[in-house]
Amino acid sequence: MLNYFANPRRFMKLTGYLLPWMAGLTILMIGVGGYLALFNSPPDYQQGETVRIMYVHVPSAWMAMFCYTTLAISAAVGLIWKHPVADLAARATAPVGACFTFLALLTGALWGKPMWGTWWVWDARLTSVLILFFLYLGYMALNSAFDDPGRGAKASAILAIVGFVNVPIIKSSVDWWNTLHQPASIIRMDGPTIHGDMLWPLLLMIGGFSTYFGWVLMLRMRAELIAGRARARRQLQAER
Amino acid sequence: MNRFEAEALDCRRGGRQVFKGLSFALSSGDALILTGPNGSGKSSLLRILAGLLPAAGGGLRWNDRPLAEDPDAHRGRLCYLGHLDAVKPALSVAENLAFWAGAGSGGANAGANAGSREAIGRALETVALTHLIDLPARFLSAGQKRRVNLARLALGPTDLWLLDEPATALDVETTGRLVETIDSHRLAGGMVVLSTHADLGLGTARNLDLGDYQAGTAAGAAGTAAA
Amino acid sequence: MNGFRAILVRDLRLALRQGMDSIMVVVFFVIAVVLFPLGVGPEPNILARMAPGVIWVAALLSVLLSLDRLFQADFEDGSLELMALGPAPLEIVVLAKVLAHWLVTGLPLIIAAPVLAVLMNMPADGFALLILALLLGTPALNLIGALGAGLILGARRGGVLLALLILPLFIPVLIFGVGAIEAAIGGFPARAPLLLLGALLAGALALCPWGTASGLRQALE
Repeated sequence: MLNYFANPRRFMKLTGYLLPWMAGLTILMIGVGGYLALFNSPPDYQQGETVRIMYVHVPSAWMAMFCYTTLAISAAVGLIWKHPVADLAARATAPVGACFTFLALLTGALWGKPMWGTWWVWDARLTSVLILFFLYLGYMALNSAFDDPGRGAKASAILAIVGFVNVPIIKSSVDWWNTLHQPASIIRMDGPTIHGDMLWPLLLMIGGFSTYFGWVLMLRMRAELIAGRARARRQLQAER
Repeated sequence: MNRFEAEALDCRRGGRQVFKGLSFALSSGDALILTGPNGSGKSSLLRILAGLLPAAGGGLRWNDRPLAEDPDAHRGRLCYLGHLDAVKPALSVAENLAFWAGAGSGGANAGANAGSREAIGRALETVALTHLIDLPARFLSAGQKRRVNLARLALGPTDLWLLDEPATALDVETTGRLVETIDSHRLAGGMVVLSTHADLGLGTARNLDLGDYQAGTAAGAAGTAAA
Repeated sequence: MNGFRAILVRDLRLALRQGMDSIMVVVFFVIAVVLFPLGVGPEPNILARMAPGVIWVAALLSVLLSLDRLFQADFEDGSLELMALGPAPLEIVVLAKVLAHWLVTGLPLIIAAPVLAVLMNMPADGFALLILALLLGTPALNLIGALGAGLILGARRGGVLLALLILPLFIPVLIFGVGAIEAAIGGFPARAPLLLLGALLAGALALCPWGTASGLRQALE
């Protein structure tokens, strides 16, 4: 299965089919979800209208962790089975994940000001997400720090795997420590504690963010593959 | 009687195919001399044989067992000598060698007393440096450092010597001693793979011209080691 | 085990013979801490409040500063590849080098820390915990830092890159290290943060040598 998709030519063909679908799904889900979130969901009885920040904040925070998991898994696959496409996937994921993490931090700050009366608190959840952001930056810096791209891919893969310990910490930080940040309300043992009118737009936004990630990831990987071909052609020219 | 085989080795560095389809077989007492222009992959091949660099394709076998099964045993049976001398200027010659007897390439079979003063003295005799045994290595010239590094070969019995341009910076006399050391190693049943630009005058050694295995040359696809 | 001892002894001997390293790290530590009273003002209460955090941050930066040469010298003169081909697995080589490095640069920090705590007017209740927390924390910092030093070997702009990679991973040690001292000063039990520091050390001991060794292997390819 993995081997099947590791072939760059097959990958180009497959993603060529998938790209328009991903783009369409993204526009549809974010469009509908955004409309529902902004105009068709009730304001919170405590938080009022500011609760609508949630529809961007929660999906980006989700994606921040999802992207890092993707990054760590593709890094591990690239390191262990030496699949070039896995290395590409890892390298293409990092900037997207960093942007989601930044978005989560930014919307969190915007939300925190009216709710907690401060832009930022040094609690466990916020700090661990900030560390996640630094890990993304470190990954990207290390990846591009070597003259031999293969070496950069391997060194940064190890960093990505080691840094993965942070993900479960982020996930459980609201349960392990008493923090200002509210605990999980969607994925719980006893079912979501959030009202259906709010849950649906949120789920749509999460879905839309995920397909957006898939879309951009494919675009970036295709671009890298094409750039690789261009490099190879240059090299052939030089050797001729 | 040991046997060391390489089959259809490929080597890629930084996206460039260095050599392709390289095969050879050595048995006890054999010597293989690697020649070829700069960049043809002599050092890379030696690093692949040492296990420092994974080959992009092909495999290595020791007595018909793939090396990948037991890389630790392979490290124990080889002594590798690279471009760099690995001599610490702050330590004396004896301290440098004692450390390599315990913790360096070739140290596994060296035994408990390989780091002893007598053993180090004997090793230094092979490179004619016995009189400098307690001198801090910072006072050594480039050629003397090279000789200290060469003395590692005599520290412990190893089956396979991998020497990357061992004659660089050596005078005629020491080169002669090196050839003697290699000859006695081969008589005792050891193998040598070495790269060189100059003719060292080793008896009955086989030549492997890496220029024949470059990507794009016809011999690269079908060639085997020239006898 | 022989390889472990040989490397440990060699690194200690090298550090003693050409060793400005350990002195420079301690001097940097002292200067970094002394800058705070000069910058913030000599108000004893403010200094006392800041003392644990300032000492830990300075210790963290000193460790970072000492790390970029950890494998560099052996890498440049070819010693590292001979050690990689030696009888000891590369993970053991890493452990031996980190232990030697900690003995040379980490222990002096711990000895200097109480003196600095006095300068910073830290309450006496925190002294024992300061030393204990540093004893648990600095080896963990060294192990994590070794991982970074192994990964950046041969990279462009190594030093800055090392800080970027490693400082985020240092944060948990910093949080619990300071937490332990502040608990003791405030009269609370310091057991929990100390146990967490121990857990960090154990985790680093298990994970970092592996990561460092794979980084070194790639650097040697």
